Amino acid sequence: MKDKKNIKTNTNSSSPSGVRGYSSKRWSQTIAFTIFKLMSYSVVLILIMILGFIVSKGFSAISWDFLTKAPEDGMTKGGIYPAIVGTLYLVLGSSLFSFPIGIMSGIYMNEYASGNKIAAFIRIMTNNLSGVPSVVFGLFGMALFVNAMHFGDSILAGSLTLGLLSLPLVIRTTEESLKAIDFSYREGSLALGATKLQTIRKVIFPMALPNIITGLILSIGRVSGETAPILFTVAAYFLPKLPSSIFDQVMALPYHLYVITTSGTNIEASRSIAYGTALVLIFIVLLVNILATLLRNYFSKKVKI
Amino acid sequence: MKRFLEKLVESALLISGSVTSITILLIIIFLFKEATGLFNSPVIEKGYVLAMNKSNPVKKLSSYQIKEIFDAKITNWDELGGKEEPIEVVRLSDLTKYYTEEELGASFENIPAKASELTAKHPGIILFLPEQYVSKKFDGTLLKHETLQPGDFFGGNEWYPTASPSPQYGLLPLLLGTIWVSLGAILLSLPFGIAVSVYLAEISSMRVRNILKPLIELLAGIPSVVYGFFGLVVIVPFLQEFFKLPVGETALAGSIVLGIMALPTIITVAEDAMRTVPRSIKEASLALGATHWQTIYKVIIPYAKSGITSAAVLGIGRAIGETMAVLMVTGNAAVIPHTLLEPVRTIPATIAAELGEASVGSGHYQALFALGCILFLITMVISISIEFIGKKKY
Repeated sequence: MKDKKNIKTNTNSSSPSGVRGYSSKRWSQTIAFTIFKLMSYSVVLILIMILGFIVSKGFSAISWDFLTKAPEDGMTKGGIYPAIVGTLYLVLGSSLFSFPIGIMSGIYMNEYASGNKIAAFIRIMTNNLSGVPSVVFGLFGMALFVNAMHFGDSILAGSLTLGLLSLPLVIRTTEESLKAIDFSYREGSLALGATKLQTIRKVIFPMALPNIITGLILSIGRVSGETAPILFTVAAYFLPKLPSSIFDQVMALPYHLYVITTSGTNIEASRSIAYGTALVLIFIVLLVNILATLLRNYFSKKVKI
Repeated sequence: MKRFLEKLVESALLISGSVTSITILLIIIFLFKEATGLFNSPVIEKGYVLAMNKSNPVKKLSSYQIKEIFDAKITNWDELGGKEEPIEVVRLSDLTKYYTEEELGASFENIPAKASELTAKHPGIILFLPEQYVSKKFDGTLLKHETLQPGDFFGGNEWYPTASPSPQYGLLPLLLGTIWVSLGAILLSLPFGIAVSVYLAEISSMRVRNILKPLIELLAGIPSVVYGFFGLVVIVPFLQEFFKLPVGETALAGSIVLGIMALPTIITVAEDAMRTVPRSIKEASLALGATHWQTIYKVIIPYAKSGITSAAVLGIGRAIGETMAVLMVTGNAAVIPHTLLEPVRTIPATIAAELGEASVGSGHYQALFALGCILFLITMVISISIEFIGKKKY
């Protein structure tokens, strides 16, 4: 397609003057670059449209009561407090599971098994896991945690499922952050007589920490918006009371948005609640991204690797 | 002692490292265990039997044939390789047409005897009744232990898991729905994705890139359910208005939403690929008198071909597995689509929509796990093919 365009402009402007080619080449470049520029800005425009739409429609729904009250009247009134709390619990639970394991596997892959077959195997498996669709995680979480391990629909089952889902992301961030550290630091530490473990604990890991934390924050953003994995492992349609143990069901923001837009008792009446919920979700994502960017900038100024 | 600690930590790290591999293994075990159960489950609802007259030469019926009989699409036994004999479909409730309530007994204690008698009398009968009403000396052929054939699943044209007496678990409409929606998405997003990645990698200034890149990454951070919601309240009504459709929830709506969602993946991977093009090659092209644009499409894009291919494949993978957004905008009609302007139903959307209703261990539940297996296999193939594409780099 692009070739054709280029040929066309070439033949069109094959001017009689000796500089044939040069101006036409310039022209096709200008045209192509303009098209690319327009397409790039239109992608940004899509983002602005989505954000602008949800912010403008959802803003009026947001109030103190909306954030601190339970849904009322078949979810057409009231707030989304239980869903916010539920999502917080799920994020916390999945982080407790995925952060330690993910960071440890990242360290193992980069510091211990770097370049050998075990690391290559783990990397392939991790990549495969990151490609598994979220709904398959939901199926798996239901089969393993809810049914086989008898956790039932619970925060525990949901957190473990979400934790497994975010594990590849955590591993990859850790590995990348460790990889970015120059080898001379390791050699320097080892040359001073430190053991491998001491080197990792005292030198390498602290240096990689800012980048790792940035990655962890982004994974929180991902977890808080996932719906399919929690559909059958934890999410409750309507549950005004807050959970009292990790074996309780909870409401969750993304699932709440899904049910009130598709299967609520009165879809039209709960539209403004839906806009409000979408805005809260978007707000979490924005917050997480801004936080991650700020951290990255702050540390990149402070720590010179 | 110190040595021991070092070893201990190393093995702890190794164990953590193996968690992803174990998870993959467990996913395979659990998904496939449930899914293979589907092919051991009977074609008719559990606890029921189908009975036919003894003289009837037809002794086996497939799931699809049973459905066609009960939908009155097949009305004569000769269509199924039997004798020329009209099919007489009788359900338990129909017994009252043949016998009075007195004959059946006050608490229906005579049903087993009468069912047997009826089956023996009518040569063309097919009787659907609960197992408990089958007496020991039942006079007829019982279709009881027929199991679902792989062909019924992989080649089935109908997904109708609540059909009675024989639920239909045909994969084709869902698979085709998934393919249509994903292909539509990739066709929409690939040109944009490549254009944006070229712009970011080659054309834009560093300052512009530093603004655009985080914005595009933000697009990746928006939860799929928010995309679904946006699609439902903006794109669906727009399509309905624009194409004058009876319903706006169509494959095209799914493709548009998925196309937007796949963009960040495509852009990031393709841009990275274009950035790995060695400076020397670019400079050589420019030194030979090529313009920047000629260098881009004759040198940089061909050089980054494998990276761009991975970007496209990853984008498709993302689209195929996406659940919530598609569930909310595609209308979820499990029929084989003919145009992009019809409602379709994808595999992930089916799992998400129906798993809540399917009771654990039922055929429906197992069929949904079988769908999960298909999805898992597709994404595995995609992951592995990306490994290979990545290796082909020179």
